[in-house]
Amino acid sequence: MGVGNPNRAKAESGIVRWIDDRFPLTQMWQDHMSKYYASRTLNLWYVFGVLALLVLVNQILTGIWLTMSYEPSAEGAFASVEYIMRDVEMGWIIRYMHSSGASAFFIVVYLHMFRGLMYGSYQKPRELIWLFGMAIYLALMAEGFFGYLLPWGQMSYWGAQVILSLAGAIPVVGEDLVQWIRGDYLISGITLNRFFSLHVIALPMVIIGLVVLHILALHDVGSNNPDGIEIDQNKDENGVPVDGVAFWPYHVIKDLVAVGVFLTVFCLVIFFFPEGGGYFIEKPNYEPANSLKTPEHIAPVWYFTPYYSMLRAITFPLFGLDAKFLGVITMGGAIAILFVMPWLDRSPVKSMRYKGWMSRLWLGIFVVSFVILGYLGTLATTEGRTIVAQLCTALYFLYFILMPFYTRMEVTKPVPARVV
Amino acid sequence: MMMKKLFLLTLVMLLPVFAQASAGPAIQLDSMQADATDKASLQRGMQTYVNYCLGCHTAKYQRYIRAAEDLDIPEDLMTEHLIFGDQKIGEQMTSAMDPKLAAKWFGATPPDLTNEVNLRGADWVYTYLRTFYVDESRPYGVNNVVYPAVGMPNVLAELQGVQSKTCGDVAIVDLHGAAVMDAQTGEPMTEQSCEIFSIAEGTGSMTPAEFDATIYDLTNFMAYMAKPYKSDSQRIGLWAVLFCIMMTILFYFLKKEYWRDVH
Repeated sequence: MGVGNPNRAKAESGIVRWIDDRFPLTQMWQDHMSKYYASRTLNLWYVFGVLALLVLVNQILTGIWLTMSYEPSAEGAFASVEYIMRDVEMGWIIRYMHSSGASAFFIVVYLHMFRGLMYGSYQKPRELIWLFGMAIYLALMAEGFFGYLLPWGQMSYWGAQVILSLAGAIPVVGEDLVQWIRGDYLISGITLNRFFSLHVIALPMVIIGLVVLHILALHDVGSNNPDGIEIDQNKDENGVPVDGVAFWPYHVIKDLVAVGVFLTVFCLVIFFFPEGGGYFIEKPNYEPANSLKTPEHIAPVWYFTPYYSMLRAITFPLFGLDAKFLGVITMGGAIAILFVMPWLDRSPVKSMRYKGWMSRLWLGIFVVSFVILGYLGTLATTEGRTIVAQLCTALYFLYFILMPFYTRMEVTKPVPARVV
Repeated sequence: MMMKKLFLLTLVMLLPVFAQASAGPAIQLDSMQADATDKASLQRGMQTYVNYCLGCHTAKYQRYIRAAEDLDIPEDLMTEHLIFGDQKIGEQMTSAMDPKLAAKWFGATPPDLTNEVNLRGADWVYTYLRTFYVDESRPYGVNNVVYPAVGMPNVLAELQGVQSKTCGDVAIVDLHGAAVMDAQTGEPMTEQSCEIFSIAEGTGSMTPAEFDATIYDLTNFMAYMAKPYKSDSQRIGLWAVLFCIMMTILFYFLKKEYWRDVH
C-alpha cells in the first residue's frame, strides 16, 4: 500500500486501518493497553496510580465547572463560593467533589509513593519514573497551595500568609521575593488573581504533562511488582512475559474493583462528611478573609502538615543562620531528599520482601515519623510536642542519610527467579 | 513483628503528647441535635431570626425564596410576615442597618450569620444565646459565658428575663451527672458556687423551658441556613453510595470471571 509507517501494527481494514495509515492508533493501543504486560501478582498497593489518575480527571472536570461560577476577586471570591454552594444547581456537589478530591489526591499519592518505597519501584531502571513522579508531587503541592487561597476564607488567607512568609526567611532577598510573589505589600486581590491563574492554567498543564511522561517512562521499562523481579526476563516463544498479564483487559478490570471501592468511600465523604472533620475544609474558612484579624490557631491543610511540623521543629539558630531560615531549609530538604532516593538505595534487591531487617525497620520508622509529624502539624505547639517533632524530623532524615549504609550492610534474602 | 512492636511502643510513648490535644475549651457547651426534617421547628426558628436577629445580623447568602421552598412556607405568607421593608422574595436576607453606623454603635459591624453554625457549631450557638448574664461592668450591662466581653446586648431578654449569676449551694455530681451522696448521712452532698444562673421573677415572657425551645428552633434554623443542601445531600448520598456498592460488586465478579484463566 505504501501509506504511513510500514513497521507498525495496523488493523486489517476499515476505518481503523485508514487511521493507522496516518496515526499509530493500533500501535499505541497495543503498546499501552492490549500488549502492555504487568505481573499477574500486582497486589492492592498497585491500585493507587490508577486512582490518582481518576482523581486528576475529577479535579479537572469539577474545576472547569467551578471556574464557570467562581469570581477571582477579593470582593467577590468568598461570596461566589457561597453562590456555588447555595444558588448554583448541584453546585455544592461539584464544590465538595473538588475540595474532597484535593485531599483524596494526596491520600492516594502518599499511598502510591509508599508502595514505591516498599517495593523499590524507584530502583534501576525506573529512576526517571520516580523523578517524574516526584515532580508531579511537587507540582501537586503547589497546585493545592494556590487553590487553597481561592475560597478567600480566613484560613485560606492566613495559611497562605504563613507559607508565603517562609520565602521571606531567605537572607537578603527574602522580603523582596515575597513581595514579588504577592504582587502587593500584603496578600490582596492581586495575589488572588495570580494564584487563580496558576491554579487553573499553569499547574494543571504542568501536572498533565508530567503525568504523560510518568506513564510513558513506566510503559517503556514496565511495571515493577511486589517481588521486584523483572518479568521480561522470562518470556515465552511469542515474546510475552510468562508471568505477565495484559493491561487490557486484565489489569483494567482488576483496577475497576478498586475504583468502585474508592468511589464508595469518596461518595460517603462528599455527601456525609464533606468537611472531613475539619481537616478537608477548616472551620475558620467559613469567615471571609480579613487582613486585620489573625485567627487564634493557624494550621495548614493536612497534606502539608508533616513539613510544617519540621519547620516549627527547628527552634534554634545554627551556623549564623536564624531558626526560621533553617526551618525552611529543613522543609525544602525533606522534599528534595526524596528525589535522590534511587541513588541512596544500594541494596542488591528491590522489594522489601527480600531486603534485610534494617531496611524494614527504617521504613517503619520513616512512616511512623511522617504520620506523627503530620498530626503534630495540625496542633498548636507545646514544649513536649516540639521535642517529639524534633525527634521525628531527625528520624525522617536518618532514614535517607543512613540508607546507603544499611542497604549495603544488611543480609538480603535470595530473590527467586520468578514472581511468587 | 518487630515493626508492629516498635509502632506500638512509639504510640504509647506519645500518648501524653496527644492527650493534651483532645482537651477542648474549658467551657462545657450544651449539646443540641439539629433536625432538618422538623419543618415546624425551622419555621419558628426563622420567625425568631427575622424578628430578633436580622435587624443587625444579615444572612446575606440565604435567599428568602429558598427558605420558603425548603421550609414549606407558602410564598405569600413569607412575603407578608417574614420579609420586612421593600425586599423581594428572590432577594437575600440582608439588613436595613448601615454597616458603618453599626460599627460605630457596637464597636464592630455585627457579623453575617449565614455560616455561623459552620464556623462555631450548633452547640456553641445554642449555649451562647442562653448564657447572657447581668454584668454592670459591660457597656450593655450584660456579659456572656461562652463569649466573654461580647459587644452585643441580650436582645432576647424580653423573652428569657433578666438572668444573673448568684451564689448558693449546688449538688455535687460525679462524672456521669449523678448526685454524690454523703457516706455517713446518706444525704446528697453540696458545695458553695457563685456560678448559678437565676432569672428575675416576672422579667421575661417565657418560662425557661419555653425559652430553651425557642433557642433550639432558632439554632435549628441557623443550622439549616449554614448548609441548606444538607437534607438533599443525605438523600442523594444514600443512593450514590448504594449505587457505588452495587457497581463494586459487579466489577468484583467481572474481575473474577476475567481472571479465571490466569494462574
